[in-house]
Amino acid sequence: MTAVPKFNKSPWVVHFNCNSCNGCDIEFLACLTPLYDLERFGILHVGNPKHADVLVVTGSVNHRNARVLKNVYDQMPEPKVVVAMGVCASTGGIFADGYNVLGGIDKVVPVDIFVPGCPARPEAMIDGILKGAQVLQAKHSGQTPLAVKNVLTRTPTPVAAPATQEKGAPHA
Amino acid sequence: MNIPQTPLMLVLAILVAPFFGALLAGIDRRITARSQGRMGPPILQPIYDTIKLLRKEPILLNWMQIVYAYLHLLFMVMAFLLLVFGKDSLMFLFVFAFSTLSLVLGGMCVRSPYSRIGSQREIMLMVAYEPILILIMIGLYMVNNHSFQLSAPLTAAKPMLISLPLLFVAFLVVLAIKLQKSPFDIATSHHAHQEIVKGITIEYSGPHLAILEIAHFYETALLFFFIVLFWASPIWIGILLASASFFLMTVVDNAFARLTSMWIFKFMWTGALLLAVTNVLLLYWVSK
Repeated sequence: MTAVPKFNKSPWVVHFNCNSCNGCDIEFLACLTPLYDLERFGILHVGNPKHADVLVVTGSVNHRNARVLKNVYDQMPEPKVVVAMGVCASTGGIFADGYNVLGGIDKVVPVDIFVPGCPARPEAMIDGILKGAQVLQAKHSGQTPLAVKNVLTRTPTPVAAPATQEKGAPHA
Repeated sequence: MNIPQTPLMLVLAILVAPFFGALLAGIDRRITARSQGRMGPPILQPIYDTIKLLRKEPILLNWMQIVYAYLHLLFMVMAFLLLVFGKDSLMFLFVFAFSTLSLVLGGMCVRSPYSRIGSQREIMLMVAYEPILILIMIGLYMVNNHSFQLSAPLTAAKPMLISLPLLFVAFLVVLAIKLQKSPFDIATSHHAHQEIVKGITIEYSGPHLAILEIAHFYETALLFFFIVLFWASPIWIGILLASASFFLMTVVDNAFARLTSMWIFKFMWTGALLLAVTNVLLLYWVSK
């Protein structure tokens, strides 16, 4: 047994639905079922970004949720890995031309693994997370540089100033 | 049989206990997975998890949070040592309670409402189980020739379980609460994706979360050792008894849904407390 820190043996995953159609989300939840059983790899699905190592994002990013996604990402302690699950999270998918869509989540957070598919298959998702776990290990041992503390690569621009103050509008 | 109180034994007890607790947690996770038709993680998974958490970036909200996390661990180790070396049982109870109290204070000193709710629920659980622990210590005092020393059951001729069967049943309920098992895991839970149930640990991350995990491993070892005391001679029966109790906890965890804090409170102060009081009264009546 080696004394290497076992980052690749216990990736804890937090799942963020970023404007997804829920297709990928349902497939991701299927990974937890007895048929696929994510836990046999030590993968745990946690509900708290502060406990997580891997951020799994489904769906494209838009003006509204860019800040939320960034917030979830920022709350995770280093080393951390982002997995873009499905084509929407990777490129924007069929929603890429939408007037409110910014594109793939790499517009907002640095992505390590892209998993294709619409929806992505559970097998592909498990592969993606395990690849992410290897990146986690590489990041910890310094083989892969940590992502620069990034800023939003594209500032979410308000579409038009609303006439009346919207209720519950997010503060800057 | 008595455990020699040498510095070597002290170091050994401190080093072995967390690994033992982690191993029990791993077996628990494997049994749970198997009972759900899954493969389950490796037995050593809790150890991998803890090593990983220790290597992560420390993020803290305020210093007191961290101080309380370390106090939780410190008092838990102290309580474990008091138990293993057969010291005073009331002192053991106080130190054990203070350990849980540190956890509660740690959860209370941040602004997250989830953390606060978790802490309040932990207080509720403490109120529910503390009277039973005290009654168990009273039972221990009565059967061991009026001695509060935890070393007394180790040398007793008759196993404690024979005189304290109802208290043992009540202790099993306390065990389920302390191990965060399912009808009672309202303050924090091992099962993931329970935002409000993660409660008390929600604002801890990385190495600080690992401290809480290690403290829980000590707690598991402590509880295991306490069950062994119920049948300490010959000790293998005690170990079997403790193993069976832990297996029972896993089964109960999988068979029950989580219940409300008020239900737990009512259950503990009627059912479990009644069992414990009956046992103590019977002992008193027999000794008259």
